[in-house]
Amino acid sequence: MTTATTTPASTLAVQATGVGKVFPTKAGDVTALTGVELEVRAGEFVSLIGPSGCGKSTLLRLIADLDEATTGELTIFGKPARRARIDQDYGIAFQQAGLLPWRTVAANIGLPLELHKVPKAQREARVAELAELVGLTEFIDRYPDQLSGGMQQRVAIARALAASPKLLLMDEPFGALDEMTREYLQGELTRIAAETGAAVVFVTHSIPEAVFLSDRVVVMSPRPGRITDVVETGLGSVRDESLRENPAYFEKVTAVREALHGAKVERANER
Amino acid sequence: MSDFARAASPVAARRRTTGRGWTAAAWGALGILAVAVIWELYKFLGPADGVTIGATPGETGSGVMILPRTHDRAMPHIWTMVARLFEPTSGGATPPLVVTVAQAAVVTLGMAAVGWLIGVAVGMLLGLVMQRWKLLEWGLLPWIVVSQIVPLIAFAPVVNAIGNQIDRSGTPWPQWLSVAVIASYLAFFPVAIGVLRGLEAPDRIHVDLMRSYAAGYWATLFRLRLPASVPHLLPALRLAAANAVLGAVVAEVSIGMRGGIGRMLIQLAGQASSDPAAPWGPMFGSIVLGLIAAGSVALIGFGLKNYRRGEATA
Repeated sequence: MTTATTTPASTLAVQATGVGKVFPTKAGDVTALTGVELEVRAGEFVSLIGPSGCGKSTLLRLIADLDEATTGELTIFGKPARRARIDQDYGIAFQQAGLLPWRTVAANIGLPLELHKVPKAQREARVAELAELVGLTEFIDRYPDQLSGGMQQRVAIARALAASPKLLLMDEPFGALDEMTREYLQGELTRIAAETGAAVVFVTHSIPEAVFLSDRVVVMSPRPGRITDVVETGLGSVRDESLRENPAYFEKVTAVREALHGAKVERANER
Repeated sequence: MSDFARAASPVAARRRTTGRGWTAAAWGALGILAVAVIWELYKFLGPADGVTIGATPGETGSGVMILPRTHDRAMPHIWTMVARLFEPTSGGATPPLVVTVAQAAVVTLGMAAVGWLIGVAVGMLLGLVMQRWKLLEWGLLPWIVVSQIVPLIAFAPVVNAIGNQIDRSGTPWPQWLSVAVIASYLAFFPVAIGVLRGLEAPDRIHVDLMRSYAAGYWATLFRLRLPASVPHLLPALRLAAANAVLGAVVAEVSIGMRGGIGRMLIQLAGQASSDPAAPWGPMFGSIVLGLIAAGSVALIGFGLKNYRRGEATA
């Protein structure tokens, strides 16, 4: 085992070369992804955007080793995806918070630590730290059904961060929230990502969300799912509310929109 | 902020739940009262010999009876039944009927409880292996369903005979154990089905999450599948308890074991023409038994109430 030697490959959080995914169905094979080339640097925020069926969630699941790539090679910090999953190199959050309803906020955040036999005192300290980070310290003894959707999603983010991963995978985590909560949590997420220094791969179908959050926006297109364009936002490291009024921001929103439309997507019958 | 408003609401929700508890009790009492009123009303209004269609005059038992007889031998008054509970069981200096019924009920309850425990253990094991290996589910589930079609009356003497054989060959096998085994035969079924459905209840996202934590089968079982199965398990346990009582009563009768409430019911029913109110004693007794059995399971449910929380949708 190579330990902590910073080879160029391990400075990359995610490296995908020629990754493809084929789902066999009764009606024949369906190509969900083909020829995906993607590099995510450590600490970088990358969004995957595209219409439904473009394979953005599939790509995220491949990175998380929840599904296996049919072709190509996928490495996380220089290791195979499976190894990275077992080593807890990433944290993951989904569109639904997916909290265990019988566990308190604290027990939900601490679940990954508990599963990896982290001693109780250490676990409690870490949970308190994470609750503070997502602003839920007062709610630590509540149960998920006593929280609003936005608060549940914050618990899910804290849980994803529990094992201090250097990579955060998020599949439309704010997709089910109202616009106000959503914008608030977007701001929180950029702050958290900056504080923890974790790389983020963020799946979304909202153009403004992708631009606001990301260093790079990866534009994808369906049938077969593939990457068609990559837009550098170059908006710097500070992402606050004033950015939403910034002309540079609007310019990038337009750029991403054009990249999406240029991909000749039949938008009317998507979604 | 709406976050806080939502967080405050559970208190109100709990208050509503307690209120509902009292309403439920009131409705329950009203239900019992309604049965008593209907009984007495029919007894008052209905013809003493019932209503029979197509009877040949002079021939007893011919025709189809569409309304039951209402005379005192067929339908004793409710108050007669209650008064009978406090009279001696079989005349003379014998203890009051209610005491004899209670003693018999305890015997049956003990056997039903053992049967319930065996049934729950077997049912859980079956549910676990069926969830773990799909192939076993396909292989076992049809047999489990078929097992419940075999009538208990046919099955009970076989268990008893096997028990006697074991007993004769040296290993002690008391008769009550046969009754418990027969009771467990009815009890395991809902548990096996409930556990199987319960273990498969977790959402895809929860299973994915456990996979992302590299949690193995056992960790996933104890942290996710078992807790998530509780809402399915509790009704199954309650059904199993009711089935165990039923099974124990029927088993007592069909293998001829003395001391339990089933045997007592048959005995007193045989003397019903001279003492019509007496069989109602063990009948009430078995109703109370069923309630105690179901109530004990409700207590288990109370202890597990955190596992019955639903996650509020965003």
